[in-house]
Amino acid sequence: MESFFVRYRNPLVLLAVLLAQIIGLAMQVHRSDSGRSSLDPRDSSGVRLIRLWAEEMVTPPEELFHASKLGTSGLWQNYLDLRHTREQNQDLQKTLDRLRLEQASLLEDARQGQRLQALMGFQQKYIYKTLAAQAIGSSGSDQSRVFYIDKGSNYGLQPDMAVITPDGIVGKVREVFPRSAQVLAINDPTSGAGVILETTRIRGILRGNAAGRPQIEDILADQRIQPGEKVFTAGGDQIFPRGLPVGVVEKVVRDPDRDSYIDVIVKPAAHLDRLDEVLVITSVEPHFSPEEQQDLATSEALKGAEVETIKEQQKASQIMAEKLPGLTEPNAPAATPAAATPGQAAKPGQNQAAPATPPGPQAPKLLPARRPDRFTPGAAPSATPTASPAEAKPKTRPQTPATAAPGKQPAAKPASKSESRPSQPERNPEP
Amino acid sequence: MTVLDADYRRDMGISRFPVLVYVLTPLAALVLQAWLPRLLYGYAWFDLPLVVTVYFALARRNAIQGTLMGAGLGIFQDALTHHAIGVNGVAKTIAGFLAGSMGVRIDVEDHTVRLIVTFVLSLLSSAIYFLVYRILLGLELDWSWLVELIKAVVNSLIALVLFHLLDRLQIRD
Repeated sequence: MESFFVRYRNPLVLLAVLLAQIIGLAMQVHRSDSGRSSLDPRDSSGVRLIRLWAEEMVTPPEELFHASKLGTSGLWQNYLDLRHTREQNQDLQKTLDRLRLEQASLLEDARQGQRLQALMGFQQKYIYKTLAAQAIGSSGSDQSRVFYIDKGSNYGLQPDMAVITPDGIVGKVREVFPRSAQVLAINDPTSGAGVILETTRIRGILRGNAAGRPQIEDILADQRIQPGEKVFTAGGDQIFPRGLPVGVVEKVVRDPDRDSYIDVIVKPAAHLDRLDEVLVITSVEPHFSPEEQQDLATSEALKGAEVETIKEQQKASQIMAEKLPGLTEPNAPAATPAAATPGQAAKPGQNQAAPATPPGPQAPKLLPARRPDRFTPGAAPSATPTASPAEAKPKTRPQTPATAAPGKQPAAKPASKSESRPSQPERNPEP
Repeated sequence: MTVLDADYRRDMGISRFPVLVYVLTPLAALVLQAWLPRLLYGYAWFDLPLVVTVYFALARRNAIQGTLMGAGLGIFQDALTHHAIGVNGVAKTIAGFLAGSMGVRIDVEDHTVRLIVTFVLSLLSSAIYFLVYRILLGLELDWSWLVELIKAVVNSLIALVLFHLLDRLQIRD
């Protein structure tokens, strides 16, 4: 018996190792009722432990390589950039202060907008908190389009968080380790993101194809879909917020399995093969940092001060209006219902002073000038001796405000029909 | 390819390396396999862990060591992906076993032999990966034999250089 094991030691070891791995594989794969096999979306504890070991073994050297690459390439660049840094820093600090105030104002507006949208029943999400991370490594396999970032659970990352760049979406966090996280790119066949076409408003699911290009599947053939149309996230997958750029339609091909369906190949907006810095959306809820809250308080205080300033200005203008001659008669009696009734013209000799508070949106009435001249509204242009009676008839322009500057009236004779003129205002109290 | 008799095999010395080489070389292969694709923008058509497995299995002329090293490197390689752990492990286990078994029968110092062995084992490893993933597990897999052929050629070329460098790290009696 012993000779058997010694003689067939090599094949037995091979069989034992293979058997152990195949059993391990069988535990990771599940077969559905329809006969299709699939991997567990969530790793078991044993598998996760192996992944953690591999990640812990590979990530530190990768970070070292990444840092050395950045350090080498940026050494000369940093030297050049350090020149005039102090002046730039001061300028940037001023700009930052200004932008923080502006941001506080915008945040207030966004918060108000979100409240309004919540009232209207929209489920639109907003990006409020992101975490910048660096891509440090890949899976090393062209069959698995995942990559690793240098932030993990120590920074609050969790599975299924969206990963984006300023250009567009990148993928989602699949596995989180203490110091790193595995991100599944949108061009992997096992990924999925709900997207919508910009103009045709056709929705679909985006996932990678065999060539590593993202494509929208399960779409009925539609002639309206043309290359160049923009694609955005639809927001229904509970991962990507709505409205983020995904890419543009590159081409439309027929589904090889189903005749009436097409596959829309999408050119991703983000450079998936050349990722350096990415943003992880850690929260879509309106959480404000203490700094942002302080900015909000500053903004509120500034707004309060602005309101106070406006009130003071209004008060000062009222005081000035009381002191300066105006369009209204301060001592005029209160408006009577008869006077307020439209259609009843005031008779000559009656007190024609306009009410202090005219009812309704009436135009302000002109007060009579004490020394009317030809510039006085309502005065007849009688200075011209050839004026015809019709021309001498006073023109009634009740809606024309008295704009003549005091003290600049020409010394014209009063018009003959001065009784039709209103009483003299208290402007120009000349002796 | 020279087929050796048993007496000559006994006369041949087994290559020995410092412990650090056994540790750092596979680790470097895993790290570079994960890091280089970022620099090559996805066109990383090579398999450094397989090349290292083949080298140590050939140099040590030990099928068990080749089996264990292939299994370990393959499992760690799988662990860096989001696929099932063990597919690469099975493929590299068999490749390491075959390389170790061939090491006692052929002249592994010859560059042409190394080139051919690495090329054949690369293709075999790809085929086993495909069979395990598609047939054994029944999972969908996008596959291109052209890419695998290119990968085998690149692996062979890398092996020519890497084997020469690693030979210098051997402990000479």
